[in-house]
Amino acid sequence: MSKYILKRVVLMIPTLLGAGILVFFLMRLIPGDICELRYVATGFAVDQEQIDICRKNIGIDRPVIIQFADFMFGFFTFDPGPSMWTDKPVMEEIGLRFQLSLQVAIMATIVATIIAIPLGAISAIKQDTWLDYAVRLFSIAGIAIPSFWLGIMIILGLLIITQEVTGIPWMPPIQYKPIWEDPIHNLSQLIWPAVATGYRYSAVATRMTRSALLEVLREDYIRTARAKGLIEKVVINRHALKNAMLPVVTIIGIEFAFLMGGLVVTEQVFNLNGLGKLFVDSVTNHDYTMVQSLVMLVVLIFVVVNFLIDLCYAWLDPRIRYS
Amino acid sequence: MTTPSETAVEAQVEDLQVKASFWQSAKRMARKQPVGVAGLMVVILMIIAAIFAPVLTPYDPVINSYEYILTPPGEGFLLGTDQFGRDIFTRILYGARTALFVGFVAAAVGSISGLVLGVGSAYFGGIVDLVLQRVMDVFMAFPLIILALAVVAILGTGTQNVIIAITIPFIPQCARVVRSNALAIREIPYVDAARALGFGHMRIILRHMAPNVMAPFLILFTAFVGQAILLEASLSYLGLGVQEPTPAWGLMLQGGAEEYAESAPWVAIWPGIAISLAVFGFNLFGDAVRDTLDPRLRSR
Repeated sequence: MSKYILKRVVLMIPTLLGAGILVFFLMRLIPGDICELRYVATGFAVDQEQIDICRKNIGIDRPVIIQFADFMFGFFTFDPGPSMWTDKPVMEEIGLRFQLSLQVAIMATIVATIIAIPLGAISAIKQDTWLDYAVRLFSIAGIAIPSFWLGIMIILGLLIITQEVTGIPWMPPIQYKPIWEDPIHNLSQLIWPAVATGYRYSAVATRMTRSALLEVLREDYIRTARAKGLIEKVVINRHALKNAMLPVVTIIGIEFAFLMGGLVVTEQVFNLNGLGKLFVDSVTNHDYTMVQSLVMLVVLIFVVVNFLIDLCYAWLDPRIRYS
Repeated sequence: MTTPSETAVEAQVEDLQVKASFWQSAKRMARKQPVGVAGLMVVILMIIAAIFAPVLTPYDPVINSYEYILTPPGEGFLLGTDQFGRDIFTRILYGARTALFVGFVAAAVGSISGLVLGVGSAYFGGIVDLVLQRVMDVFMAFPLIILALAVVAILGTGTQNVIIAITIPFIPQCARVVRSNALAIREIPYVDAARALGFGHMRIILRHMAPNVMAPFLILFTAFVGQAILLEASLSYLGLGVQEPTPAWGLMLQGGAEEYAESAPWVAIWPGIAISLAVFGFNLFGDAVRDTLDPRLRSR
């Protein structure tokens, strides 16, 4: 097992390095740089000398290879240095927003799981009935409906409903407060984006639950369980669902890793100051350090989640370990 | 659920009916895959809307008419007008052109490049395979929207660049699936036979291996069209995709839709329904294609 883990950890390095190279050069391919942008923004005549000084201060006048080494060193020591735009440490800027994005991601995962597992199970148990068709339509709709539009519709719905009920239109609060300071305020702000992303996210998981459970229900041990007179509820909950959960957990894990990056659109709709917004802003500002760090963070989460999933598989299925 | 013997008989019957007329086979498909046909209907409806847009509506999708700003649905304007006085129904019809164009081009380029890379990777094996797989890993780990954002930042906005941004993430997705299928095919003796006959690599890849991975390829292709339409809408919504005044569904939801949500909800509602319906149609159709082409997934 330890040999397998070591092999998997070593395999993570080229992916991280490749992602680093990709984002590093992608950013430098974008026309213009932060210094030009800054001085053009002031509106005064652009002074070449000032731009040169600015570039020197930030360190983007150095050879590309040194900048890259610097970036990689910063990544592996978890200290990417200050943001080029705000001059505050990148880790501090990310830390401020990470909380919000992580909370939305976790809540979306909870929403998705609450929707997906019961619906998927019902759909599989009642295969080819109207209930099954209804669930499948509901889950395909989840993939088809853009989450940003669902977000707009939720806001619109809230406005109309509160207008009808109380006479005063109500909107979710805009200011973020951590959940331990003001849980009601926090939840009333973040539950909506979590529902909008969670519904979309649940669609894939519902379909996965359904097909995994259908497969398990055809196994011999299910027939045995039924034959020995167990009631259907026990057969489903104890014997079938438990064994069908592996692929479902995988899908939920993978989607979670993508969620951190995919929040860009949702944060835009709900006007949340999270990692997605920081990313879009940093790309527009040509803030190389910030974009690189954010991308590496997302890729790192992705790689680690995948690693953990593989580890679970290897732990559960010895064939994988030894292949 | 069908038993194996039934499936075998069905397969024989299907063989016999290969020469059956187009309408007969269409009827058979409608019976077997009613949901898929419903999806196909939506796709056809969309294509009709795109082609006959100028005939179906008297208005122009681009010209602003300030006297009709935010007219509610009803007299004259079926779905109302937007903040520039343009008829929303007209813009949805013309928007189908943008969506279909982006969807099909991105899906075609993405899946064909993925096909060639995937089959090539499986065929050559060894170091080529290893390097290609690592590169694919990198692209897979990159979240779609972030990759698209970076591409748009480099190349600028506009329809062509949006297509490039959407296509790039499709390539590794397709390459990976095709590769795993092609690996199995490489072991079949006819590939050895082709090599023994002295055929070139390109010929073996394109003529002997690629046609045998058509099933996963077509499944991915239909899925990609829907995904591409959704991605284009998301990028346009973020202001990074198709630019005004081109009619595009995502763009119609940008800016005005949220601002006027309360006073003019129709601006926000209809383009979203158009996007959802289109992606819904392609997904349903794609599922039916998958069920038909991949017998292992039948009746699941």
